[in-house]
Amino acid sequence: MVKFNRFVLDNGLRVIVHEDHTTPMAVLNILYDVGARDESPDQTGFAHLFEHLMFGGSVNIPQYDEPLQRVGGENNAFTTNDITNYYITLPAENIETAFWLESDRMLSLAFSEKSLEVQRNVVVEEFKQRYLNQPYGDVWLKLRPMVYKEHPYRWATIGKELKHIEDARIEDVKAFFKKHYNPQNAVMVIGGNIDTAKARELAEKWFGPIPAGEKYLRNLPKEPEQHEARRESVTAKVPLNDLYIAFRMPARLEEGYYEIDLVSDILSRGNSSRLHRTLVKNKELFSEIHAYNMGSFDSGMFVVEGKPAEHVSIETAEAAIWEELEKIKNELVPGDELTKVKNKTESTMVFSEMSLLDKAMNLAMFELFGDADMLNHETDKYLAITAERIKEQAQKVFRKENSSTLVYLAERH
Amino acid sequence: MTKINRTTAPGFKGIEHIHLIKPEHSKLDNGCNIFSFNSGDQELVRIEWIFQNLRFNPAKPLLNVAVNNMLTEGTSTRSASEIADQIDFYGGFLQVDCGHDHSQVVLYTLNKHLAKTLPVMKDVITDSIFPEKELETFVRNQQQKLQVSLQKNDIVARRKFNKAIYGDTIYGLSAEFEDYKTLRREDMLEHFNEMYQPSNCTIIVAGKVEQDILDLITDAFGGDWANFPLQTDVTQPDLEPSSEHFYYVEKPDALQSAIRMGLPMITRVHPDFPALQVLNTVLGGYFGSRLMANIREDKGYTYGIGSGLSSMNKGGAMFIASEVGADVCKDAVAEIEKEIHILKTELIPGEELSLVRNYMMGSLLGSLENVLSHADKFKNLYFSGLDYDYYDRYTKVVKTITSEELIRLANKYLDLEEFYKVIVGKY
Repeated sequence: MVKFNRFVLDNGLRVIVHEDHTTPMAVLNILYDVGARDESPDQTGFAHLFEHLMFGGSVNIPQYDEPLQRVGGENNAFTTNDITNYYITLPAENIETAFWLESDRMLSLAFSEKSLEVQRNVVVEEFKQRYLNQPYGDVWLKLRPMVYKEHPYRWATIGKELKHIEDARIEDVKAFFKKHYNPQNAVMVIGGNIDTAKARELAEKWFGPIPAGEKYLRNLPKEPEQHEARRESVTAKVPLNDLYIAFRMPARLEEGYYEIDLVSDILSRGNSSRLHRTLVKNKELFSEIHAYNMGSFDSGMFVVEGKPAEHVSIETAEAAIWEELEKIKNELVPGDELTKVKNKTESTMVFSEMSLLDKAMNLAMFELFGDADMLNHETDKYLAITAERIKEQAQKVFRKENSSTLVYLAERH
Repeated sequence: MTKINRTTAPGFKGIEHIHLIKPEHSKLDNGCNIFSFNSGDQELVRIEWIFQNLRFNPAKPLLNVAVNNMLTEGTSTRSASEIADQIDFYGGFLQVDCGHDHSQVVLYTLNKHLAKTLPVMKDVITDSIFPEKELETFVRNQQQKLQVSLQKNDIVARRKFNKAIYGDTIYGLSAEFEDYKTLRREDMLEHFNEMYQPSNCTIIVAGKVEQDILDLITDAFGGDWANFPLQTDVTQPDLEPSSEHFYYVEKPDALQSAIRMGLPMITRVHPDFPALQVLNTVLGGYFGSRLMANIREDKGYTYGIGSGLSSMNKGGAMFIASEVGADVCKDAVAEIEKEIHILKTELIPGEELSLVRNYMMGSLLGSLENVLSHADKFKNLYFSGLDYDYYDRYTKVVKTITSEELIRLANKYLDLEEFYKVIVGKY
């Protein structure tokens, strides 16, 4: 149970306070309701590039990191296809520094040309390091556009191509800030060794004067239903073949999400999971295999990914995966197995309560969904799932005409 | 509302006191030591069984790691799948991890399920049999994973670097495809019997550890868990740094080059170590470090660059690592060397040093997030043969060391002539 208090400032900023007096630390987490899905198709990678620019100085504070480090704090941020999240951890008695820094960059950035130039280069190097200069690194650049044809999920957060990042101009940066970075589009969570009254006082003081700005109304193209099996094959300088089968699945808040999420546990969580046991251990068809769900806020994606053992053909490997998926569709998950994945979910939730930062990030995400208290009902939602409901949802998702198969072939010399 | 001053930072306080939770200790009749940390609201525990690695045998380099990794693959009464089923069913997490000096087996579990998961752990730790078929699978899959790893420039650079400064020891181990073929079940059993004995075991329990939890553990791992009549040889050969200091692995298509530079270094037990940690932090140990400020934030050559100190029983190293644009690799190396030269020739300005002091103290405080992290701090000490005075000395050094002392240490320890340099990519 993660307890919290909640209030909303006059300018629309939603604030959650989670008091945890067992730690000497505090966290200030700000989630901005903007991700790569909000980019225009000819300017992809911008939300993530912008996240870098948020560290390039704000209107009254030329250096973001330095004053924070001076008070013993650390920070970081991440961008997904759905959101951008910034967080600070620091000794609780210095929490006001976090309010000062975060409120100033919500007020306005410095918009420095030098910062833009450098961060463009940094992100280009990040693009190379993570997506281009790694074996299989570009898989998401290939798989996303197969699964999504209309929705902006068709590009990765890093962007479609280096050129989009290289072309970013300071006017674009300013427009993006105005559109997305204001109190109405943000959720702030303060956690740790701080009283709600103090947190409220500091929030009013530092964030209260920021103009409300305009509420961004998201209106994204809806991804049409898929009616045909999609398939692509690429050959690259990689040591082993790799096979990806992606399925469209319910979005984070849609009916059926929790069932399919449990399916990923049944298939691939831990050494007792079906894919590991059957395909890696018993049949020795794969050297490794995973199934996961992207947790997307709009139209979801479920992926089965495996590297076939040497001398196992792609056809054999693929057929073996489908055999396991057919089982999930046609047979009820046995009671013990269902209890197992539910127990795993329960203990994961309890362990995540050991981390102040995890709690703060989760509260912010659920508040964005409508109510931070949803966090405290997550476990119950999983526990209520029946074998029948899993089978029903699996039948909807694991269909050939709902699948996109990407075969990654190792170049033979 | 009074207008607030946004240009001036709010006041702040330095960190005066770090409170560390110290363990309760008991020793079982069979020689196994148990340290427990009881704190926190969540009804859960983490239990670690930690064993010192056996002396490294270059002819059978993978024994330590293979024996550790395969502990979950079968005992005389449970198959690999039964082990997995019984841990997973109760929502537990069983991990194995082979480090440079120690190998460990770790269980994360809710307290209510400990009585069910503990017998499986007992079985794994005292009665593993390394079935032939599981060994074949392990070897095949590890060989496949190795092929993928060897395509990653940063991994190749780390392997080359470790081999160069640590030589033919477990620290320098960079397993090759063929090495996996040397694994024999009989060797593994013998290694297991010699290493996984109570007298070579330290159990560390952290979480909500009331007496009932300790009793369960003591009952399971005291009593009938006896020592084998085998001498456990945990001595290690001395490190032999290579005489060759430069390594270049060319990858003609590389978009980025991995750089790894550094040299053998004193370890945690040396009185200069805390001060070196300050010096390392200034150089490349945090986001605002000189390497980051120069090579990422000013030049944009890389997504990230950092430096670090590794401290192990037989020795340690200081290293700098980054992946940089292939076309700017030479420039990046020159900038790294320039930053080291500056550390040796110019006093660290007072403002910067005070920032680093505060950052390091905040970081230490922040690293004590929950009871598990207190146990981790203890492990750093215990396995280096240090006591809690270390953290008193550490905080004192961080708060009081002078720029003059740091420049002296930079000259004492950071001799660029002695640096090893590894480049994988283009240069």
